[in-house]
Amino acid sequence: MTDFSLAHDGQLRVALVGTPNSGKTSLFNALTGSRQKVANYAGVTVERKTGAFVTPTGRQIALIDLPGTYSLRGRSPDEEITRDVVLGRYRGEIAPDLVLCVADTTNLRLTLRLVLELKRTGRPLVVVLNMFDIAQRRGMRVDLGAMSAALEVPVVTSVAVRKAGLADLLKLTDDFASRLPTLAKTAPSDNWSPWTLSEMKAAQRDADRLIRDTVRMPTKPDTLTTRVDAVLLHPLAGLLILAVILFVIFQAVFSWAQPVMDLLSNTFVVLGQFVHNTLPDELLQNFIQNGIIAGVGSVIVFLPQIMIVFLFILLLEDFGYMARAAFLMDRIMGGAGLHGRAFIPLLSSFACAIPGIMATRVIDNRRDRLTTILIAPLMTCSARIPVYTLIISAFIPAKNIGGWVNLQGLVMFGLYIAGISSALAVSFIVKFFMWRDYQPAPFMLELPDYKLPRIKSVTIGIYTRVKMFLYRAGTTILSMMVLIWFLASFPQPPAGATGPAINYSLAAMIGHALEPLLAPLGFNWQIAVALIPGMAAREVAVGALGTVYAIEGGKEAAVHIGQVLADKWSLATALSLLAWFVFAPQCASTLAVIRRETGSSGWMVATFLYMFALAYIASLLVYNIASVAGLS
Amino acid sequence: MLDRHFHLLDNKAMTDETIRNEMLLGAAARGFVGTIKALKTGVSGSASSDLERQLTEMGFTEGARVEILHEGAIARDPIAVRIDNVTIALRRREAMAVIVQ
Repeated sequence: MTDFSLAHDGQLRVALVGTPNSGKTSLFNALTGSRQKVANYAGVTVERKTGAFVTPTGRQIALIDLPGTYSLRGRSPDEEITRDVVLGRYRGEIAPDLVLCVADTTNLRLTLRLVLELKRTGRPLVVVLNMFDIAQRRGMRVDLGAMSAALEVPVVTSVAVRKAGLADLLKLTDDFASRLPTLAKTAPSDNWSPWTLSEMKAAQRDADRLIRDTVRMPTKPDTLTTRVDAVLLHPLAGLLILAVILFVIFQAVFSWAQPVMDLLSNTFVVLGQFVHNTLPDELLQNFIQNGIIAGVGSVIVFLPQIMIVFLFILLLEDFGYMARAAFLMDRIMGGAGLHGRAFIPLLSSFACAIPGIMATRVIDNRRDRLTTILIAPLMTCSARIPVYTLIISAFIPAKNIGGWVNLQGLVMFGLYIAGISSALAVSFIVKFFMWRDYQPAPFMLELPDYKLPRIKSVTIGIYTRVKMFLYRAGTTILSMMVLIWFLASFPQPPAGATGPAINYSLAAMIGHALEPLLAPLGFNWQIAVALIPGMAAREVAVGALGTVYAIEGGKEAAVHIGQVLADKWSLATALSLLAWFVFAPQCASTLAVIRRETGSSGWMVATFLYMFALAYIASLLVYNIASVAGLS
Repeated sequence: MLDRHFHLLDNKAMTDETIRNEMLLGAAARGFVGTIKALKTGVSGSASSDLERQLTEMGFTEGARVEILHEGAIARDPIAVRIDNVTIALRRREAMAVIVQ
């Protein structure tokens, strides 16, 4: 496995290695364009980015973008992957034929030490001085020949954002590929051992000396970043600006996405209607319309929100602001036992916990990452909004308090606050009981110089994530929907049966079976039934309630459901259901993502159980207090 | 045995500090400019030896010039430190392991 791959598929395999912020990913994007694939390494949650490009002479090159790292120490799961792939130790990965170590030319110190460390692995190595144009503009001069001679490694320059800026790199790769069959095959690095601390310090001294000898430092440092930071990292103004940015993201997610979401949702209704009118067979037609189109459609509707969240995240990341947000929030979140880097994942979770949990990959400490994953589903995601809206508009009078505060809005706001404060409380408790013996993980983070985001880079980033989301919708979510449709449709009602078909189904049986468990919360069997399809996605519960109460779908249904609910439920039951939805682990996709991201079913089960317990207790309290207050 | 050895070194560094006008980066104010003299080792077991390694990885090596550029809002924590031409954010707690002059 660790042998050169030429025998396998004739492609030269090249790996990109570099420190975070070295411009490695934009180089990867520039080389491969859209010819790239994002997946996960087997069994772990680290993104595996591969792609391909063709050299000027027509050679196929396979490229892999390894996670950024400052050393081969392997501190986080990402860094272990980089080390093991380079060493050819990673199971299922073929060792690269050539390692490109990417350096930000304006910031060589840490990368050159990494180059020295990589040299010791024995892999063929090339140093790529990226962002060379910026360095030159700042008045930096590099003696490439001297640097290459001193390192005993080829050194090329690149400007990833310009096509012409890659010419040297492409030519060098081409040369290497043509010589590859004649090159002596280096033995895999079996006897590699990590550097000791003193070796690392010595290497840093060597790297510093190398820079003194071969690089003329800029006469004018980047004062722009410092000046921008004087505002953005200002203790007061910085936090205010962060709040404004958050507000804009919220606005965008909730209002910009709405027209597109309505369009998508209407499209699925029309599509379902088309199937309804075209297909003769009632069962098949029901399956495609209600099982597949309505089911998968209800999840795909969230695609615009997910795209907007990722657009902002990618823009802020490329700009260099993410590290600053973590800097500003670290101390504030530290009070609840959270790491500064947990801020962005939790923010994303207001749209949907799935991208939020995926975004926890930026947290390198495993314990901090697990805590963040555990509490992310408590953030009020957009799928709860339809449920909240339905219940609030049916039960909470739209009166004003004190002349200007709308009671309905106040309840909605209260539900958000309940989610946030319970998330902080859970984090605090987890830290206190499970991990209090551990020292807090160090917060150490490079604040990169600001850069203008590149449209191409951002577009590719959104595109790959949309692809992943749609792939999941087509596999996991689709199979879930088929199962739920099956439960709600079989067995079919006997001939001559009155009442809705669902009453005779497995779903109704389950609903009745669950009723004793949920009765203390004030839930009847109809609610229990609605909670089952709600497992796939929370907002499905709204539609399910409609079905259960035998109301025809369509635009007016929302109004009708509200009236029916107001007639059939007590206020205590309604409040109890609201409390339930703040906490309930009502989303199978989130649980599936938790399992994938933590690499263990244990954490998925733990999340499910603790959220279930919280939901049950909260509903029980709310229902009983409300009952005592005479609201039932 | 090893622990005690580290402890002695540590104490020595502490006394030297007061004599030679040295201080800890974690205690310095915004605008501080200085040079790294040493990293404290073995303050409490293996976790902090990894801290020393991590600080080294981020470029906190002897002789490097440091400047504190920014401070957080609460308890002036964390801090943003310029080392050569890299800016690193870290908590004061970790910066306490860096002896500067």
